[in-house]
Amino acid sequence: MKFYRSHILVGISEASLLAGAEEFIKELRKELAKYDLQEEINVLETGPLGFFGKGICLTVYPENITYQDVKIEDIPELVEEHFLKGRPVKRLMLDTTSKYKPRLNYENRIVLRNSGVIDPENIEEYIGVGGYEAWEKAFTQMKPEEIVKEVKESGLRGRGGAGFPTGVKWSFTAPLQVPQKYVVVNADEGEPGTFKDRLIMEGDPHQLLEGVMICARAVGATKAYIYIRGEYKLCIERLRKAIAQAYEYGLLGKNIFDSGFDLDIDIKIGAGAYVCGEETALIESLEGNRGNPRWKPPFPGVEGLWKAPTVVNNVETLANVPFIIKNGAEAFKAHGTPQSTGTKVYTILGDVTYPGLCEVDMGTPLRTIINEYAGGMKKGFRFKAALVGGAAGVLLPERLLDVNMDFANLNEYAAVLGSGAILVLNEHQSIVDLLWSILRFFRHESCGKCSACRNGCQQLYELITKIKKGEGTMEDVDLMLTIADTMFATSFCALGQSPVMPVRSAIENFGDEFQEITKR
Amino acid sequence: MAKTVNIWLDGKHLEVPDTMTIIEVADQNEVYIPRLCYHPDLPPTANCGVCVVEIVGNPTPKRACCTPVSEGMKLITNSKKLRAYRKTLVEMILSNHDVSCPTCVANNKCELQTLANNLGVDSDALPNILEKKPVDESSLSIVRDINKCIACGRCINVCNETQTVYALTFADRGINTHIDTAFSLGMANSPCVNCGQCTVYCPTGALHERSELDAVWEAILDPDKHVIVQEAPSIRVSLGEEFGMPLGSVTPKKMYAALRRIGFDSVMDTNFTADLTIMEEGTECVTKLKAGEKRPLITSCSPGWIKFMETYYPDLADCVSTAKSPMSMFGVLAKTYYAQENNIDPAKIVSVAIMPCTAKKFEARRPELRDSGYQDTDYVLTTREFIRMIKEAGIDFANLPEEEPDKGMSFYSGAGTIFGATGGVMEAAIRSAYYLVTGKDLENVEIQGVRGLEGVKEASVEIPGFGNVNVAVAHGLSNARKVLDRVREGLATKGESPWHFIEIMACPGGCVGGGGQPYGNDIASRARRGLALYEEDRSLPVRQSHRNPEVLKVYEKFLGQPNSPLALKLLHTYYFKRSVTNGQVVGQVTHKHQ
Repeated sequence: MKFYRSHILVGISEASLLAGAEEFIKELRKELAKYDLQEEINVLETGPLGFFGKGICLTVYPENITYQDVKIEDIPELVEEHFLKGRPVKRLMLDTTSKYKPRLNYENRIVLRNSGVIDPENIEEYIGVGGYEAWEKAFTQMKPEEIVKEVKESGLRGRGGAGFPTGVKWSFTAPLQVPQKYVVVNADEGEPGTFKDRLIMEGDPHQLLEGVMICARAVGATKAYIYIRGEYKLCIERLRKAIAQAYEYGLLGKNIFDSGFDLDIDIKIGAGAYVCGEETALIESLEGNRGNPRWKPPFPGVEGLWKAPTVVNNVETLANVPFIIKNGAEAFKAHGTPQSTGTKVYTILGDVTYPGLCEVDMGTPLRTIINEYAGGMKKGFRFKAALVGGAAGVLLPERLLDVNMDFANLNEYAAVLGSGAILVLNEHQSIVDLLWSILRFFRHESCGKCSACRNGCQQLYELITKIKKGEGTMEDVDLMLTIADTMFATSFCALGQSPVMPVRSAIENFGDEFQEITKR
Repeated sequence: MAKTVNIWLDGKHLEVPDTMTIIEVADQNEVYIPRLCYHPDLPPTANCGVCVVEIVGNPTPKRACCTPVSEGMKLITNSKKLRAYRKTLVEMILSNHDVSCPTCVANNKCELQTLANNLGVDSDALPNILEKKPVDESSLSIVRDINKCIACGRCINVCNETQTVYALTFADRGINTHIDTAFSLGMANSPCVNCGQCTVYCPTGALHERSELDAVWEAILDPDKHVIVQEAPSIRVSLGEEFGMPLGSVTPKKMYAALRRIGFDSVMDTNFTADLTIMEEGTECVTKLKAGEKRPLITSCSPGWIKFMETYYPDLADCVSTAKSPMSMFGVLAKTYYAQENNIDPAKIVSVAIMPCTAKKFEARRPELRDSGYQDTDYVLTTREFIRMIKEAGIDFANLPEEEPDKGMSFYSGAGTIFGATGGVMEAAIRSAYYLVTGKDLENVEIQGVRGLEGVKEASVEIPGFGNVNVAVAHGLSNARKVLDRVREGLATKGESPWHFIEIMACPGGCVGGGGQPYGNDIASRARRGLALYEEDRSLPVRQSHRNPEVLKVYEKFLGQPNSPLALKLLHTYYFKRSVTNGQVVGQVTHKHQ
């Protein structure tokens, strides 16, 4: 093995690629070669680095210095100053001048622990950091029922939004004696402002595969599909590579390591419908049908894909599984609260100093996440509201920021964890405008199957448009609540039940804005 | 395995099997849960949400149409909340609906109208947000007015599941969700077979027949035209329902009287040509049987079935009887035999057919059905259109004195009248085939094995001198597929069909359940109408087609023998192959008899 003086980790994600990361790496290598440093300094492509600023971000080891928003023009200075002369370029280093310093929470990471550390396109790097050890344990030392039991004990709950206990879900499917069962990974991440699954898949695709393998082993599925959002080009590419490598290493295929167990994993690319994040609509879409939800019961765990028992799990959920199997339920329960164990990956965006993603223990107060992990409000702005849980989430004002981010406490605040998206608004943003944009989204994404959602989303959109124009009345505001409540009670699936959350929380927590705009 | 569970329906304790849904239990116990998209004949689409009920302990109400009952369930079917939800739901549906009730064909029959009225909905509660879209008038049979559609999905259900025609599907999403044909090419350019079951199950006026009422009135009111009218067998047992008479009233003679009052010049009867069809088709069948033909003979009366065959089973076209349908036989005879007998210029004859059927409108305009030298049948009215005509003429149908039809093409046997029920053509054919082979009449003319509403019926009839004749009867096109797939399989593997003779009717229940029948055309009423036809059969003096004196007369005076060259020219036809994507003709698969 070759030894290098320094390693430069370049975070490759959709965002950094858009900022020109590929060209940047080429130029960086060229510049290093100019000074004949190519044998001393290693340039590595890794997954997204996590909770950092815009553009191309680099981490340099062993110095553990992080640069953000580096441009191609900065390369000569960077190489000459840092890598030749050993003087880090202060002006490009992560901003630490804000009121709160960002907490780089590597110590608490489960799902993102390898992201930004290893090369996601190389299975050996994953194995090198202990990857597939959980798989080995699950395949050689544990019976399927023991895996289910371990996951049940860990208290892991679904990270897709509904928070259903994962082990319980598996326990519905595992005992069924049928010739075919499936595991489906819900990677159709479509909640506005959410991109955690993308970063998990970009940063550490093998961890997801390992989770899928363990789940398939536990429930007795021999075929798994990853239903992935079509826009996630890099994820798709990396997952394809990872799957190919797993086959090459004998981790997938027929009679895996003579265990008598078969498993194939395939990728299915979604066509861009929000509703296909709903598990039964996703299954319909997988079958080649229009992505409309199905009635439950029967639940997919009993009758899902092609009528076979099917476990549908979110990416983040499955990415937690290798840790649980490898380290045991207790290690997992050391994170979070008794009812909401483990960590949670959030994507924070809006008017904070460091928009991006962070992984923190369940139960961390929202205020801490915003002020400490996201570095607080952007300079010169005051906090007004946070939309927690995506478009289907809840708008919280300053006075409710002390909510702890776990299932139970959020419930007390009539809020939801949802997808883990946190959108922070400053005092100049209009709640009515935000609600308008949320309702426009729902109107566009309603699948149209049931009349409550189909007509309700449109009516809500028309009403908020009228209010936004200053032509609405408080009667219109009340009508919105009536419609949203009726949708919640009578919609066929969770999509139609969603608008009530932002509508009700906006009107209840920011009623004065509606009073004001309707008075005009 | 069904388990019995204890539930409490509005406080009333019930023990019911867990395979039932809440709405089924409620209906059985006479608890009415408001509903819109649910129909007992079809699998629930669960789209409207009106049937929500509260389950004690559940945070949100659940749909009664698709939620199975479970142990200990405590159900509340009406509450302040539920009333409010249902009202708001219906207000939302109305806000995206073309509310032109007074002029709508479904006025007073519309399930949305009735529900809105029953719930006391405020039609102005929400602004109407409907964006008007063009009406699909491309089809010769069916008009699709998307502006009145509430996207309940029943039509898709009946088209895809009951009929397996796959002409309709959901398209687009959100508020733009609508029901459409493939590539939005319109019904005329779809595999639609015109059966009209979608019009039967549509809860609103979004799907209805293409009306030819005005054209018929024009002809009647034109003194230069001689308007002759025929009525299909099943009409006489469904008309009464609309005029306050009990379901299954047999009213042929009131029907003749009404037609005469409306102003038709000659009132005849399709049942006459039903008997004639048996002579032609029965002879064809006997010829095949005697020749030891391995391929079956399949009936050809149902135009929905014929287009379905041309689209999905053109390889079996040579098995389908070449005999035209009774309607088309009547049409061609009206402008030849009838014109000749009565000395009328056929150019002045307007031939009108009153049918339980929307597909007959398509059949009448088939370019090959012009053997009289004119379009054999000029206009086809559905039962529903005829009812509108009676109402427009202000006729008190229920109290109308009975009248006889005109003579020449109106006498019919019991065999002719049972054509309107599934199995009827088969039964009528067996009655005459037996005679044609043995020269003797069947002792008991009632063949119970082919009666009733089972999807596929099989029977075996012993005909002395020939042996056992195996027959099958299918109604509803999904059932037809079951039979046809077995025929295909039998021909491919053993070189012979499992049955000698097969009856296929496109609509469940046969013509009594036709796509043109009065609203409220559910399976239960189809069964009742069918029984009425068998009642009429029993009451008639002649019960076998080959005993119909007017049929014998038309052979004697005009056609010669069954399957004579003239009969083959006028009463037989040929078939095409059609594209499964757009229903258009892509080739001819059988030929006209030379």
